[in-house]
Amino acid sequence: MERSLLRYIWSHTRRQQLWILLVVAASMVPYFLAFDLPKQIINGPIQGNGFEALDARQPFFRVVYDLPLIGRAEVFSGIDLNRQQMLMALSTTFLLLVLINGLFKFYINTYKGRLGERMLRRIRFELVDRVLRFPPKHFKRLKSAEIASMVKDEVEPLGGFTGDAFVLPALLGGQALTTLGFIIVQNVWLGMLTAGIVGIQLSIVPRMRRRVLELGRLRQLTAREFSGRVSEIVDGIGAVHSNDTSNLERADIAWRLGRIFSIRYDLYRWKFLVKFVNNLIAQVTPFIFYAFGGYFVLIGKLDLGQLVAVIAAYKDLPSPLKDLIDWDQARQDVQIKYGTVCDQFSVEPLIAQSVHAPASGPTSRLETSIIINNLTLVDDTGARLLDGVSAEIKPNETVALVGAAGSGAEAFAEALARLVWPEFGGITIGDQDLLDMPESITGQRIAYASGEPFLLHGSVMDNLLYGLKNAPRPSATTHNERRIESERYAIEARMAGNVDFSPHGNWIDYQAVGADGLDDLLHKVLPTLDDLQISGDIFGLGLRSTIDTKEQSAVSGRIVELRGSLRKRLVETQLDEMLIPLDFDRYNIQASVGENLFFGTWSRGTSPDLDVITHPCFQRVLNSTGLDHSLYEMGLEIAETTVELFRDVAPQHSFFRRLTFMAAEEIPIYQATLSRCRGLRFEHIPPEDRASIIVLSLAYIEPFHRFGILTEPMMDRVVAARKLFHTDIPDDIANLINRHDPERVTASATVLDNVLFGRIASQVADADAHIQAVVKELFRAAGLYENVLSLGLQFDVGAGGKRLSLAQRQKLNLARALMKRSDFTIFNRPLSALDQRVDEEITRGIVQRRNKAEQASTILWGLSDPRVAQIFDRVLFFQRGSLIGNGTYFELARSNAAFREFLDLPSDHR
Amino acid sequence: MLSDEVQTLKEVPIFASIEPSKLKLLAFACDRMTYRKGQDLFRQGDQGDAAFVLLSGTANVIVSSASGELTVAEVGRNAVVGEMSILCNIPRTATVRATSKLEALRISQDHFLALTSEFPAVASEIMRTLVTRLSKTTAELVKARLPPTPD
Repeated sequence: MERSLLRYIWSHTRRQQLWILLVVAASMVPYFLAFDLPKQIINGPIQGNGFEALDARQPFFRVVYDLPLIGRAEVFSGIDLNRQQMLMALSTTFLLLVLINGLFKFYINTYKGRLGERMLRRIRFELVDRVLRFPPKHFKRLKSAEIASMVKDEVEPLGGFTGDAFVLPALLGGQALTTLGFIIVQNVWLGMLTAGIVGIQLSIVPRMRRRVLELGRLRQLTAREFSGRVSEIVDGIGAVHSNDTSNLERADIAWRLGRIFSIRYDLYRWKFLVKFVNNLIAQVTPFIFYAFGGYFVLIGKLDLGQLVAVIAAYKDLPSPLKDLIDWDQARQDVQIKYGTVCDQFSVEPLIAQSVHAPASGPTSRLETSIIINNLTLVDDTGARLLDGVSAEIKPNETVALVGAAGSGAEAFAEALARLVWPEFGGITIGDQDLLDMPESITGQRIAYASGEPFLLHGSVMDNLLYGLKNAPRPSATTHNERRIESERYAIEARMAGNVDFSPHGNWIDYQAVGADGLDDLLHKVLPTLDDLQISGDIFGLGLRSTIDTKEQSAVSGRIVELRGSLRKRLVETQLDEMLIPLDFDRYNIQASVGENLFFGTWSRGTSPDLDVITHPCFQRVLNSTGLDHSLYEMGLEIAETTVELFRDVAPQHSFFRRLTFMAAEEIPIYQATLSRCRGLRFEHIPPEDRASIIVLSLAYIEPFHRFGILTEPMMDRVVAARKLFHTDIPDDIANLINRHDPERVTASATVLDNVLFGRIASQVADADAHIQAVVKELFRAAGLYENVLSLGLQFDVGAGGKRLSLAQRQKLNLARALMKRSDFTIFNRPLSALDQRVDEEITRGIVQRRNKAEQASTILWGLSDPRVAQIFDRVLFFQRGSLIGNGTYFELARSNAAFREFLDLPSDHR
Repeated sequence: MLSDEVQTLKEVPIFASIEPSKLKLLAFACDRMTYRKGQDLFRQGDQGDAAFVLLSGTANVIVSSASGELTVAEVGRNAVVGEMSILCNIPRTATVRATSKLEALRISQDHFLALTSEFPAVASEIMRTLVTRLSKTTAELVKARLPPTPD
C-alpha cells in the first residue's frame, strides 16, 4: 500500500483535484466583485457621486482596459442610465453575484464531499479486499473487532480530508503570500519582521503539535485494543461466568479506560498549550507594528498612511495562517491514522489478485492426481506439524486420514484445502502448484469441511447454497428501470475502485449441482440432508415457524384437512386423550383459563393479559357474567396457596421453575396484596389489586397446577363468557386476537399449532414425541413434507449460526460441502460434536452414496474413529507429523505395528 | 389434585418425616403423569433424570439379561422407583413397565437431590430402603449360588 496519504490521494484523484482547483480559482472572480460592489452602490447612486446634475447619466457596465502598449481600449461602451436606474441595475448585479457565489459554494462543497466519500469507499474496499487476500496464517494474530474498527472508524476522517487535501493549502497559501507581499511593498523592514514572525510561527507550532499527534496515535491504538477486548468479553462470556473472572475483566477494562483517560487528558493539555503559544506569537506582531512602526513614524522614516495600511493588511494575515496550520495538523493527524492502518494491512505475501478472479465460464474438472511432494508444515511458533510427507491421491479413490490429534492428519487435510501454506515442499495438481491455482477452480472443484463450522447470519438455505455462489450469473429478465439503476451503480462503483457486480443478483450455480432451479435443487438436496440426519431437525424448525398464508398456500390450504386426519389417527389408535381439541362450545382443560376465555391467538406474541383485563369491553363481559367475582375468588385462592407454599423457599430454588404465573420476587408483593384485600368486600377492592389477582386465575391450568379449584360450573361459565366476548368484540381487540377457527388457518400461530388445533395433554407420558411423529407421517402422506422442510430451510440461524446446536452446525457445514459436487472432497473430523455412533453412521452413509454415484468424487476423510477406515479404499496413517502407513486398512492392520497399536487404543485421542 | 398427592406421599416411607406443607410444595413441583398399560416409565440402560412415586396402578420391574427379560419385582401404589440412577448418575438398572393404567408423580433429579440435602431424614430413609433392598438381593444371590437342596 502507498504509505504517504497525500500521494495516495493524488494518484487516485489527480484530475478531480485539478478541476476543483480551477473551479475555486474561477469562483474568486465573482467573490471579489461582490466585495467591491457595495462601495460602488453607496458612492455612486446613493451618495450621488457622478450624478451631481439632475438628469446626469452614467454608463453602466462599461468595460475599459488600460493596456501597456495600445493604451486605453474600450471593449464595451456601456448603457447610459440615470441615478435611480443605476441604483436598481447595480443592486440587481449584487443580487446576481450573491446567487452565483452561492451556487459556486454549493457546487464546490458537493464536489469535494463526493470526492471524499468516493475516497472513503475506495480505501475501505481496498482494506477489506486485502483482508480477503491475507495469507491464512495471518488470521491467527488478528482480532476481528480491531480490524472492523479500523475499516469502519479509523479511516473515516480520510474522507473528509480528501476534498481539502490540495485545494485548501493552495488557497490559503495564496492568500497569506499576497498579504505578506503587500506588507513588504509598503515597508520592507516591517515586511521582513512580519515574515520572520510568521516563519517562527510556522516552524515552532507544527513541531509542538508533533507531540499532540503522537498522543493521538497512542489514543487510537489503545482505543482499538479496547474495542478488541470488549468483543473478546462478549464472545467469551461463557468462559467468564464459568471461571468467575468477571471481576478480572472489570479490572482490565477499568485499567484500559484509565490509560485512555490519561492519554486523552495529556492530549488536551498539549492542545491548549499549543493554542496558547500560537495566539501569543500572533499577538506579538501588532505589538511590533505599534512600537517599532510608531517609532519609525516618529523619526520620520515611515509615513502614517503606510503604517495604517500595513496594520490593516496584517489583520487579514493571521486567519489564513491559522487555517493553514490547522490544515497541516489535520494532514498529519490523518496521515498518522492512515499510516497505522497501512501497517496493519501491509501483510506479505498477499494472495495474488489473479487467484481470486471470477471464472468466466464453467470450471473444468480436476481429473489428475494430487501429488504431495515432501510437504512440511509449520505452525505459528515454528513447531513442525507435518514433516516431509509425500503421497499421491488418485482421482476416484476414497482415502481415510487416520491419526491421533496432533499427529499431522488434520494439518495434512488443511494443507490440501489451502488453509495452511507449506513451509517446504508443495502440492501439485496436474503440474500446477495448488497455491497458484485460481480459487475459482480450487473453491469449486475441491470441497472442504472441518469440525469448526462457519455459518453466516442468514437462513439455513442461504448457508447451504453459500458454496454455489462463486460468480454472478447473468439473469435473463431484468426490468429496464432496474437495469438503468444497476448501470448507475456499476459506474459509481468503478469510480471508487470497487467491484461492480451486485450481490443481489442471481449467484447460484444451479448447473453445478445438475438442477434447473431452486425447487429442483431442494429436491436434489434432500437425500444429502437425510444422509446427514439433519432433515428431521429442519422439519422441526419448519413446524415451529409461523405460517405465511400467502407464500405457503400449498401448506396453509391443507392445514384444515391435516387437522382432521390427525384427529382421526389419534382416535383410531385410542390415543385421543393426548390431544384436547379446541372447541368453541367446550372448555379445554389443557389450556389456561385465560386461553379458554379469549379463545384465540394473540397476533403480537405473548398474551397481554393485564392490558386486556383493564379494557372496558372485557370488564363489561366479566361484569355481566359475574365472572369477575368468581375469577377474583379463584385468584385469591391461588395466591393464598402459592404464597403459603413458597413463602420460605429461596428465590433461586429449582421449585420456582414450576411456578408459571408468579415470579419469585412477586411473592412478597402478593403477600402484601393479600393482607390488604383479605376481608374486604369485592366491591371495595382497588381495581389494580383486582386485576393483579385475576391475572393469576387466567394463567391457571388445572391438570398442570392441580390446586383442584376449577369446577365444572365454573368451566361452563367461562365458555359462556367467551361467547359473549366474541359476539360484540371491539375493533381494537379484534385486531389483536385471531379467534380459533376449525375451518381456517391462524396466521400468527406456528404450523404445528395450526395442525394440532388443540393442546397436548402434558400429563400423558410421551404425548409430545408421539404426536410429533404422527404429524410428520401425515405431512409425508399428504405430500407436504418438502414444503414444511423448505419452511424450515428459511429458518434464520442467527449470528454465526448460534441458534443451532454445534452438532446441527457441523451437519449443515458438511451438507454445504457435499452440495458442490466437487472432484476432491476433504473432510477434517467434520462431525466431532456428534456421538461416535451417529458420526460413524453418517460417514458410512456418505461414502456409500458416493460409491453409487456416477461422477464419484475423490474423498479424503480425517476420521475420529479409525475403525471406520475399513470402508475406505486406502488409509494414510500419521504419527508425530510423519506419514508412517499407506495402504488398505487390512494391509495396515496386518503388517503395520504402529497402526495395530493405535487401533487397540483408539480412545487415547478422545 | 395436590391434596390427594400429599396424602399419598405421606404414606411413602421415605417422605413420611417431611411436614405436610413441604410435601405439598414437592407435589406442586412435580409432574403428574399417566401411563397406558404396557408403557415404560423408563428403560434399562437409559440415562436417568427423574424418580417416580406411583399414585395408582401397578408396574413390573424388569431386567433384561442374556436369557431374555426377567421380571424381578411388582410394584404398586406408594412405591418409589427410579431413585437409584438419579442418586449416583448411573444408567437405569431396570425397566419399569406399567401393567395397568398407571398414575405417577415424576420427581426430577434436581428436585429429588434438593430434598435429600434439605431433609436429612429423607436421606437416611432412602439409605434404609436401599440397604434393605441390598440385603434382600444379597440373600437371593446366596440362595442362587447354593446347590439345590436335595429333597
